[in-house]
Amino acid sequence: MKYAYYPGCSLDATGIEYDIANKLVARTLGIELVEIPDWNCCGATSAHTTNHLLALALPARNLAIAEAHGFEQVAVPCAACFARCKKTAAAVQASPDLQVQISEVIGMTYAAKSEILSYLDVIGKKTGLDHIKKHVVQPLTGLKIAAYYGCLLVRPVDITQSDDPENPMVMDRLLQVIGAEPIAWDYKTECCGASQVVPVPQLGKKLIHDILKNAASYGADAIATACPLCMLNLDMRQKQINAMFGTQFHIPVFHFTELMALSFGYSAQDFGLAKHFESAESLLERMIGGKGA
Amino acid sequence: MDIIELSAGGTQHQVEIARLASIAGVELSSCYQCGKCSAGCPEGFAMDESPRRIIRLLQLGLLSEALQARSIWLCAACDTCSTRCPKGVDIAALMETLRQEAKRKALIRDKNIHLFHELFLTNVKWFGRSPEVILSAMYNLMSGNLFQDMDAAAHLFKSGKAHFLPRRIKNTQAIRQIFQRCLEKEEPQ
Repeated sequence: MKYAYYPGCSLDATGIEYDIANKLVARTLGIELVEIPDWNCCGATSAHTTNHLLALALPARNLAIAEAHGFEQVAVPCAACFARCKKTAAAVQASPDLQVQISEVIGMTYAAKSEILSYLDVIGKKTGLDHIKKHVVQPLTGLKIAAYYGCLLVRPVDITQSDDPENPMVMDRLLQVIGAEPIAWDYKTECCGASQVVPVPQLGKKLIHDILKNAASYGADAIATACPLCMLNLDMRQKQINAMFGTQFHIPVFHFTELMALSFGYSAQDFGLAKHFESAESLLERMIGGKGA
Repeated sequence: MDIIELSAGGTQHQVEIARLASIAGVELSSCYQCGKCSAGCPEGFAMDESPRRIIRLLQLGLLSEALQARSIWLCAACDTCSTRCPKGVDIAALMETLRQEAKRKALIRDKNIHLFHELFLTNVKWFGRSPEVILSAMYNLMSGNLFQDMDAAAHLFKSGKAHFLPRRIKNTQAIRQIFQRCLEKEEPQ
């Protein structure tokens, strides 16, 4: 399977290990990812809270480039980029006038013909769980994982085509296939506040705290995410949360593809486990006898 | 939560409110004030006017009160409200439309949130991408929170998760043109 790949800005920086793991998993499963040439930022929340047209035009340029290169499917690993791309495609599909307007603004034809998929859906829905299972050589047996979806992979459901906006299961099923034990918990689709934690730290940190607390209370050994910003908030900010709330959280957080790469027999050196803030070493030691560490 | 004089509403803002509701794709009269949006809102605890109250303000014609609420800035656009509304009111889209309108009218209820998004877009305009290091540095300097998140900086650089030099796309001209074409009619009124 061949996809245009839109990594987005985070996967080039704070989410770099997500990018590495995505490519390892793609290689193993025989998925070809071709990066969209000269892609730009999708504008994220900043664009869509500022100007409607700008919020559609920035993603449209990337999607138009992908179309011009003949791609029928675009894979988007970041939840925020995914939501912006999907909203753009839906808006353009719904209005021929807007299609003309957007094409004028970006100086390229954008027909909104290609299918846009989150990388989670590429792996969890398009690839086939049986095919994935064949590649598991190191099942993550006994690892209790809270699959965290956050907002933008699931909502709004008419845009994301999520399997269930309140209780999505696509990541849970993937975790099961690689031998881990996805847990039932309450904060699967609660918001982590995304970038709000920068301008309003008191508010953002409470949201992150509540997610960590809920995962811990259900006995999660680790949290799995499918978004670089969710990851950054839950991982990098645990120390800050502990300082603010007097808690003692040390919950390893993984991109779901990192856990898959582990189960496919890659070692932690193959991807970016050392880049995480919360160490997963003792967890991996216990789980797979340190083979991953 | 302030006391609001309901009789101040009336009909004078109805046309304007109808225009904003139509941009957001929302039928304001559909809302029967059940409060499900506000019960599930993750930011609700910090809001001055809950999403339910924002809708009620607009139903009553109290546009300036809605535009001056900090809530429309705090909304993280997580779409929980819109997903759960039993009447299909897209509250998140309404919050977004109100925030865009407040910006146009230079009603900035949360300076730091505004600053963050302005800087974000300035960087995208310059580089075509969002350079996280430059964004954080600029935000810290301009908001006066000089040491915010500095506890994480050492690990970010050491691990290669952050780089000093921004990534820049080749065709930055295309991006500047997109900004120009989208924002040229956007001067504050």
